[in-house]
Amino acid sequence: MMQPLKTIALTFAAVLLAGQAYAGATLDGIKANGTLRCGVSGSLAGFSLPDSQGVMQGLDADVCRAVAAAILGDSEKVEFVALSAQQRFTALQSGEVDLLSRNTTWTLTRDTSLGLDFTGVTFYDGQGFMVPTSLGVSSVSELDGAAVCVQTGTTTEKNLTDFFRATGMSFQPVVFEGFEESVTAFINGRCDAYTTDASGLASIRVSNVENPNDYVILPEIISKEPLGPVVRNDDGELFDIVRWTVFAMLNAEEAGITSENIDSFKGSEDPNIARIVGDEPGMGAAMGIDDTWAYNVISQVGNYGEVFERNVGASTPLGFQRGINALWTQGGLMYGPPIR
Amino acid sequence: MTIQHQTSDVQAAAPARAAFYNDPTVRAIFWQVVVCGAVLALIGYLVSNALDNLARQNIASGFGFLDLPAGFAIGEGVIDYEPSNTYLRAIVIGLLNTIKVAVAGIIFATIIGVIVGVARLSPNWLIARFATVYIESLRNVPLLLQLFFWYALLVEALPVAREAYGPILGFYLSNRGLNVPLPHDIGFVFPLIGLALAIAGSAWLYRRNKRIHDATGETPNTILPVLIMLLVFPVLGWIVGGFPTEFDTPELGGFSFKGGGVVSAEFMALWLGLTLYTASFIAEIVRSGIQAVTKGQWEAAGALGLRRSQILRFVVLPQALRVIIPPTTSQYLNLTKNSSLAVAIGYPDIVSVAGTTLNQTGQAIEGIAIIMAVYLTLSLSISAFMNWYNKKIALVDR
Repeated sequence: MMQPLKTIALTFAAVLLAGQAYAGATLDGIKANGTLRCGVSGSLAGFSLPDSQGVMQGLDADVCRAVAAAILGDSEKVEFVALSAQQRFTALQSGEVDLLSRNTTWTLTRDTSLGLDFTGVTFYDGQGFMVPTSLGVSSVSELDGAAVCVQTGTTTEKNLTDFFRATGMSFQPVVFEGFEESVTAFINGRCDAYTTDASGLASIRVSNVENPNDYVILPEIISKEPLGPVVRNDDGELFDIVRWTVFAMLNAEEAGITSENIDSFKGSEDPNIARIVGDEPGMGAAMGIDDTWAYNVISQVGNYGEVFERNVGASTPLGFQRGINALWTQGGLMYGPPIR
Repeated sequence: MTIQHQTSDVQAAAPARAAFYNDPTVRAIFWQVVVCGAVLALIGYLVSNALDNLARQNIASGFGFLDLPAGFAIGEGVIDYEPSNTYLRAIVIGLLNTIKVAVAGIIFATIIGVIVGVARLSPNWLIARFATVYIESLRNVPLLLQLFFWYALLVEALPVAREAYGPILGFYLSNRGLNVPLPHDIGFVFPLIGLALAIAGSAWLYRRNKRIHDATGETPNTILPVLIMLLVFPVLGWIVGGFPTEFDTPELGGFSFKGGGVVSAEFMALWLGLTLYTASFIAEIVRSGIQAVTKGQWEAAGALGLRRSQILRFVVLPQALRVIIPPTTSQYLNLTKNSSLAVAIGYPDIVSVAGTTLNQTGQAIEGIAIIMAVYLTLSLSISAFMNWYNKKIALVDR
């Protein structure tokens, strides 16, 4: 539990002592080390949670793998660093991780005053509430006077306050540093409701409680939570690579290219496909990486649809529909600018 | 110093051979200037480097954010707070919560510590063993684990708000905490004033009677007038206040209790953990203090015909106190600093609130600086008070 303070104290020391860095230092460092240090949650099923073999699984973890595949040509060359909500930004600012892919909401303040840049959105989410079924509550508007468990260091904490202020209801926040502690307190009945992103609620419901039917997620979504990867804002090169890695995954899905069938697209006449499978040179060189970057990403990690279905989709315990996370061609918000 | 003086004397006797750079005084000043300069240069370098780095990474800096609205709610506080208040006020709420748990912890840790420390030396086998088990088990388990234990115990063992124990005299106990009735009427101020007067009067009487006892050897009755004052003054206040009877009692409504006051489960768990943990250390300090008083003192007092309780109170404890106070001071400091573990069990102390603040504003360096300044100030204040007290009870040469 002293871990967060330690990280912050280390950052303090790092900021005091760090020498001048030059743009592109992070990319060179990743290539020199041969590993990408990627900050993840490490405790959120479907996004980043170690499986029974200790391998980090989830949508956020796969974004890390995709970036490693793009830069280093090998999706396994990732060093996952589990960070609490409160630790994450200082860990990135101080250079403890190269990339943050930790269900992090893109907001103006975070994008500007933290010295960080969000590269895009990998999952469109929104904040919701979960209550015990026995409470007999069916709408958020019935939560007046409730005690609400929440994890510190999140946009959730502030949205919660904003929402209750806007609706003129009262509530008592019980704020925890650790994710596990906050969930445990809720399950033990210390709070009437638990709040976080809807994806997080679904994740808790399937992986943290004994019987999922004892808990119900209320229908209202009270905020916009676009989640995406983050880099430092003096890391222009890495910013481009992360952003276009995700776009490549979206474009691959749009073109019907999957990790299974990508080799059959080799030698395609379609220039858009030729650029994704690495037949046409120049796209990687522009970012300082190998021209086969997109091929490596898709063949080793898969396109966006594959990653979504594998980690959070209908066939997983979380059981999310694509919804607004579908491609733009299918009525969703996911749109990859052209690779050319 | 003595050596330096001797050396200078020798050099004064033979001025021709001593160059100025061999003069020990000059050398001493020279090295002090060099060391101070190096330390200042290092600090200057660190500060300017930090500012450079922050500017280069486009991270905002400065304390301007303290005036901005905080926008987050805090679970409990000693004074009123709204999410629309400033970050500064939010941090003050956190600070007061830290002070609240530290003060409550120090008072009860001292009481329990003294009792257990004396009990461990008790000739009664059962009491002594019980005290030993208490000390050894609590002293050797990490505090964080104990906090998790107490919190889990309170939250899991106690019923939810709807099935709370009570009301017993208007009190309810649930896993939300202890809901207490609060005086509603302003008239309740007067009995409190009466009580304060009674306590002040008792203190005055105690000192006066002690003076008389020291001067003449007579023992005027203290207990009876004190009891009368404690009983009569509040009742007089109650009459002056116009016989107020209304209490603001907690009522179960909706999800939780409305009205009255609440001692939250988080506060209780933190306070219990800190108190019992620190008490085990204070108990050992008290034991060592008592054992530091030589056996001859006990025997001499016994020879005068004093009972064991009288020996402890009049002969042993006053001497033991001089040994006990300095290490106890450091236990008080430990307790205050350990209260920063509050964030693990959801109590909104200064670390929790400043942590949320630094996370929302992204100004980690300022946030950490505030936390450091707060703990430094608290610790130095406690230290200063205890040093004053230590000096007061120190052996006076007569």
